[in-house]
Amino acid sequence: MVKFEDVWLKYRHPARQGDAAAEALRGISFEIPEGGFRWLIGPSGAGKTSLLKLIYLAEHPEKGRIDILGTEAAKISRRDAALLRRRIGVVYQDFRLLPQLSAYDNVALPMRLARRNETQIHADVTEILRWVGLETRLHARPDELSGGEQQRIAIARAVVARPKLLVADEPTGNLDDEQAHRLMHLITALNRLGTTVVVATHNMGLVEKWPAPRLTIEHGKLTHAE
Amino acid sequence: MRNEPRRRADYLGLREALGDRLLPVLVAAMSFLAALAMAGALASATLAARWQGDAASQLTIQVPQPTAPDASSKTSRLDSVLAALKAMPNVADEQVMSPKDVTALISPWLGADPAQLGLPLPGVISARWVDTAPPDALAPTLDKLSPGTLVQTGALWASRVAALTTSLQACAAAILIIVALVAAAVVAVATRSGLAQRRETITLIHALGALDDDIAGRFAARITLLAFAGAAAGAVLALPVLAWLGALAAPFAGPAQINDVFNLPPALMFALPGLPVIAAAIGWGTAQLTVRGWLRSLP
Ligand SMILES: Nc1ncnc2c1ncn2[C@@H]1O[C@H](COP(=O)(O)OP(=O)(O)O)[C@@H](O)[C@H]1O
Ligand SMILES: [Mg+2]
Repeated sequence: MVKFEDVWLKYRHPARQGDAAAEALRGISFEIPEGGFRWLIGPSGAGKTSLLKLIYLAEHPEKGRIDILGTEAAKISRRDAALLRRRIGVVYQDFRLLPQLSAYDNVALPMRLARRNETQIHADVTEILRWVGLETRLHARPDELSGGEQQRIAIARAVVARPKLLVADEPTGNLDDEQAHRLMHLITALNRLGTTVVVATHNMGLVEKWPAPRLTIEHGKLTHAE
Repeated sequence: MRNEPRRRADYLGLREALGDRLLPVLVAAMSFLAALAMAGALASATLAARWQGDAASQLTIQVPQPTAPDASSKTSRLDSVLAALKAMPNVADEQVMSPKDVTALISPWLGADPAQLGLPLPGVISARWVDTAPPDALAPTLDKLSPGTLVQTGALWASRVAALTTSLQACAAAILIIVALVAAAVVAVATRSGLAQRRETITLIHALGALDDDIAGRFAARITLLAFAGAAAGAVLALPVLAWLGALAAPFAGPAQINDVFNLPPALMFALPGLPVIAAAIGWGTAQLTVRGWLRSLP
């Protein structure tokens, strides 16, 4: 499902010039079976986002082999990579909502890209917005929403097209405890329905409340994999 | 969702991102220039064809020692040549120039009256060649009657007019090429600025799995529309100017042109509607290349 074999990542423009640890990821190997759930934990700057970027095809590794949803990432065409991205739901650490679009249109984006019809889009988007508790904020633009609401919109957009793989980068960062647990209910529900899930976090309280296998990363190295 | 269909058609917000004013205005200016260049080329070709015909049919026959007896010794050389020309069916409008006219014609070249210089004046006959074949046999025939007779045709003039036309057309072609290149550059700049303004949107939809074809297609469709509209406006704005130029040229163009719409060469009436189509094609191609090149920087 997701498989890394000795994966190295080096940013072309390192944040810290001439640093010995210019490589953001060093020799990462792990495997997540279909339908699995993994916590990705580690301190800030450890490389969690970098690892997730490789999973959702936003970076190319310097070295090593990555298999995503049964395809070797390095071997696919640009077009197939785009089609593969449609099967991966991503909750970005910084949400990446489009400011000019309403909550509804932001959530509808993946479905419109996949050329679903508007009736289907309407049904799915309203359902998912109800699911994240934002059915009354359909027309609000991102700048009219609180951080927590924006995060829920970002989550709704990630799951609306029923991805096979869900990748979430600190998705509870802007949520209070109650909202965070509500979100975890949603994510585990999706996981039970068969979606493979990777959630990066440094909120250890959350990890302890929702026990699942962990991938621990420090200084770009996987120090612990379950 | 009242607005869904519209939003769906423009969910990148390209309407705002691709300067709706600047691009069509610049393309309109290009189209206007192109229309003038095409009109110039076509008009010069039309006029040149006529002038060339006029000049080529002009005959000037010089008879040295016009009063000396001719080969048969019956009449003067000038009269003999004149009679021969009159007898030819493919020569018309023969006229003997008076010695005064000949003097007037020659003295500027000599800087003085030829009579004062003691130079013998040739007899000069002007005429018109009314045959399609060139007057090659004319000179030898006349030379037999009166040795040393020279036949000058307007061929030199005709070839000068032809050269002028060719260079005018080369200029027009150069202008058209430059205008097309500038239009492509304008489109590339407008596309790049649209991409920069919508960078966030495009990188996001790319990340969500939008195909390069889709993204490039959306931009190209918008640019094509703007370029087409701009070029159409430019061509329409050029019409009154062309009509005015056509009216200026009408007296030189001869009666055949007078009744044409706007006095414009008919070819131009076909070429003008082609301008928006060509501008649209340049817009589409340039936008496609620019967007695809830009997308290459994304993973
Ligand atoms: N786009 C980038 N360009 C250069 N360096 C980066 C980039 N993104 C992250 N890094 C560096 O890579 C390392 C890991 O960062 P990141 O993956 O964001 O960590 P985390 O998500 O665990 O906080 C850090 O040293 C960071 O400075
Ligand atoms: Mg991070």
